[in-house]
Amino acid sequence: MAEQQTVMRKLALSDEILLSVEKPARYIGGEVNMAVKNPRDVDIRFCMCFPDVYEVGMSHLGIQILYDMFNRREDTYCERVYSPWPDLDKLLREKNIPLFALESQEPIKEFDFLGITLQYEMCYTNILQVLDLAGIPLHAKDRTQDDPIVIGGGPCAYNPEPLADFFDFFYLGEGETAYYEILDKYKAHKKRGGSRREFLEEVAEIEGMYVPQFYEVSYHEDGTLASFGPTNPHAKRVIRKQVEMSLSDTFYQEKPLVPYIRAIQDRVVLEIQRGCIRGCRFCQAGMLYRPIRERNVEYLKELAEKMLRSTGHEEISLSSLSSSDYSCLKELVYFLIDNFQKDGVNISLPSLRIDAFALDVMNKVQDITKSSLTFAPEAGSQRMRNVINKGLTKEDILNGASEAFRGGWNKVKLYFMLGLPTENEEDIREIAALSDDIAKTYYDTVPKSERHGKVQITTSTSFFVPKPFTPFQWVRMDTVGEFSAKQKILAAAIKEQLNAKSIKYNWHDTDITMLEGVFARGDRRCAALLEGAYKDGCMFDSWSEFFRGDIWQKQFEKTGLSMEFYTSRERAADELFPWDFIDAGITKEFLYREYEKSKEAVVTPNCRKSCAGCGAKQFHGGVCYEPRGESGEVIQKEHLVADC
Amino acid sequence: MNVRIRFAKYGTVKFIGHLDVMRYFQKAVRRAGLDIVYSQGYHPHQIMSFASPLGVGITSDSEYMDMELSGAFSPEEVTKRLNAAMAQGFAVTGCRVLPEPENGRKRETAMSLITAADYLVSYKDGYDFLLDKEEFYKRFEAFCGQDTIPVVKNVKKSGTQQEMNLKEFLYGIGRDKEELLSNTKEVKPPKTVTEAYETEVVSRAERYENGRTLAMRLSAGSANNVKPELVTEAFCNACGAPYNPFAWQIHRLDLYAGAAPDFESL
Repeated sequence: MAEQQTVMRKLALSDEILLSVEKPARYIGGEVNMAVKNPRDVDIRFCMCFPDVYEVGMSHLGIQILYDMFNRREDTYCERVYSPWPDLDKLLREKNIPLFALESQEPIKEFDFLGITLQYEMCYTNILQVLDLAGIPLHAKDRTQDDPIVIGGGPCAYNPEPLADFFDFFYLGEGETAYYEILDKYKAHKKRGGSRREFLEEVAEIEGMYVPQFYEVSYHEDGTLASFGPTNPHAKRVIRKQVEMSLSDTFYQEKPLVPYIRAIQDRVVLEIQRGCIRGCRFCQAGMLYRPIRERNVEYLKELAEKMLRSTGHEEISLSSLSSSDYSCLKELVYFLIDNFQKDGVNISLPSLRIDAFALDVMNKVQDITKSSLTFAPEAGSQRMRNVINKGLTKEDILNGASEAFRGGWNKVKLYFMLGLPTENEEDIREIAALSDDIAKTYYDTVPKSERHGKVQITTSTSFFVPKPFTPFQWVRMDTVGEFSAKQKILAAAIKEQLNAKSIKYNWHDTDITMLEGVFARGDRRCAALLEGAYKDGCMFDSWSEFFRGDIWQKQFEKTGLSMEFYTSRERAADELFPWDFIDAGITKEFLYREYEKSKEAVVTPNCRKSCAGCGAKQFHGGVCYEPRGESGEVIQKEHLVADC
Repeated sequence: MNVRIRFAKYGTVKFIGHLDVMRYFQKAVRRAGLDIVYSQGYHPHQIMSFASPLGVGITSDSEYMDMELSGAFSPEEVTKRLNAAMAQGFAVTGCRVLPEPENGRKRETAMSLITAADYLVSYKDGYDFLLDKEEFYKRFEAFCGQDTIPVVKNVKKSGTQQEMNLKEFLYGIGRDKEELLSNTKEVKPPKTVTEAYETEVVSRAERYENGRTLAMRLSAGSANNVKPELVTEAFCNACGAPYNPFAWQIHRLDLYAGAAPDFESL
């Protein structure tokens, strides 16, 4: 590395600007493991964008995987851009400085592609900010040969319609599989000197690619969708998501970027598996990433070692939707402890069910006096947990807590949702009761002489937002008034508890949640809301200090759109949804079946217990093809001698 | 084994603040595979300390960092390993094994030893300065030649202002590094050198076409830390020129121990 230092990189921003803004390191690039290429030596320039501030965007695993995968190609230089913080945003506009990529510090407008990841709805105005600052026309239809092709991907691309006007195409599904084909096609197309439209027609023929301008929508008088279909012969009627089925033999970065300033994820992230067997009915990720696919444990050990060495990080985190379901978890975790703990490497295990193994591991890797135990029961009553198919019982939670208290912990974090379908006042009060029961468990378990102060319970609630491709996609979401009333009931109920002084209650902002609800299940007409809000000054909506509810309110008036239509409306069983043209691998029939079962509070066993026939079997791999016994249950790997 | 590392910080990483530089080195040491010693306890941390924080925007030829290694590598190997783990803008130029403290005495950290620092301050292009180059130097030499230079210093801790005589803390000046060194007493090598490896210190200071640079040796460290900005601002005021902090690029040349005028290298 040191030898390359002869020519200093030139920055897009002057010293004076960089010294006038907060955290200038957000804009200078040059991080350890950054890809260094001469832009003049490549055929394709790709800029990856996470439309939020640097520290958030740099923490995203997906971009790191694709960044590495693209830069392995000699003909491609993949660079990065994040949303400039409002202080720099203002200066860029005042001084007419075009938005630039961190690596080459050159304007994004000169790139061939701008790929934007869509991780949450409340970053949508930042997409417009990035396009605008880059000098790229906001609407795909207004772009010319000189503009980059703007691609959207990530979980929110599964309902791309509110963003349809602003993107040239959406990549649906996992990035590992089709990007090389797209880049190859682009290179040939560029050589030929083909038009933008011709390229998009070629893209439209690749499975998983959605080019919104080649589709037409019509609406019923009541505002629901009447029809949706292609207008271009190259465009597919149904877009089937891309899935990487061989996760132990695919792209994964060995040298992740190491930011200078502390990112949200200041650690090595090791994705151990993709997908989830649990089938929680509110969880979009659990449905979208089916079937669950594990990475080989030997492959993961090797990756962990390489990434720790190349980054120098002092922490490694295992990433998955439910780590406890990874069949070789024990082997992997003890390997990490045995090999890296002596070098001061901390091991973090989010999304782990609290059991004897978890406590043993936490005991080894964490400082009990400082760390807290996290449970996500999501709902207070067993009835409610059955509705959402969260297979966690009160006994599980109390037993886990009691074990942990015995082990020395005294801090517990609890996560719940308010506004779940069929929720009644009793369900809400049970959140308070469960919090209190955990506190009581502490005082029952730990004798007075061994207590280190009071037990500290933090109960947090978020408001439930129904998402596409979940069994609750038909559900009516609560209104602001209903949410606030529920939150007040809970706050009062917590105060009434015997151990109220040990329980701290936190809750989310309702206005932001409502907008999330609009965009989650919105249609193409929502683009006008978004554009209007951006032009009137909205940005960084997920940051409460920047959220401007009044501006958003005005957009509904201006456009004549109704918030209630998108959020607080129960959909008919046969309603055509804006996202129905996407085949996410799970059938609408399965989702509706699950919805019906939820109304009866009937649980569905997880994928390893028995197959619920969701449709993901079509991908020919993962849990759907793990060997099963006569009962239909997967034979646990521990019983198979060959593995682990 | 305790070692003192010397490194340069230049170019775009001048925008990285001190806390992040510390985090950067913690990770670099791990990438380099050095046998650094960790503290005991649940949150073990590397035994590492920096001589003097460098403000955001400032570059340097010679920063110092002490760390404890278990002794598997020679100073040369430590330097090479660290350099292989550096990002653009950081270069390790030396590693010196520190003598073991005498019985019962505490180790003197680089931070506790510092008494003076040399700076090169350059006027950036693109900012008007009222005086032409010759006049600029004439005025500066006259300014520094006064018997007393009264200035007002902001005291961060108490938030108050304090009057001081800058002259007492200004140990030497020059138009550039060479002139400063010839105007001041030669800096002595460290008292005890057990084992050391050094590479040549090349100047990493940014250069500007207008050519106005000022070199100065100032009091530094915990007792009387004088920033070069205090000098440039007072100089501007004396010239009747508006002071624009953005117009000056500050570059640290080196840090010293000892007492004026006999300074010694760290």
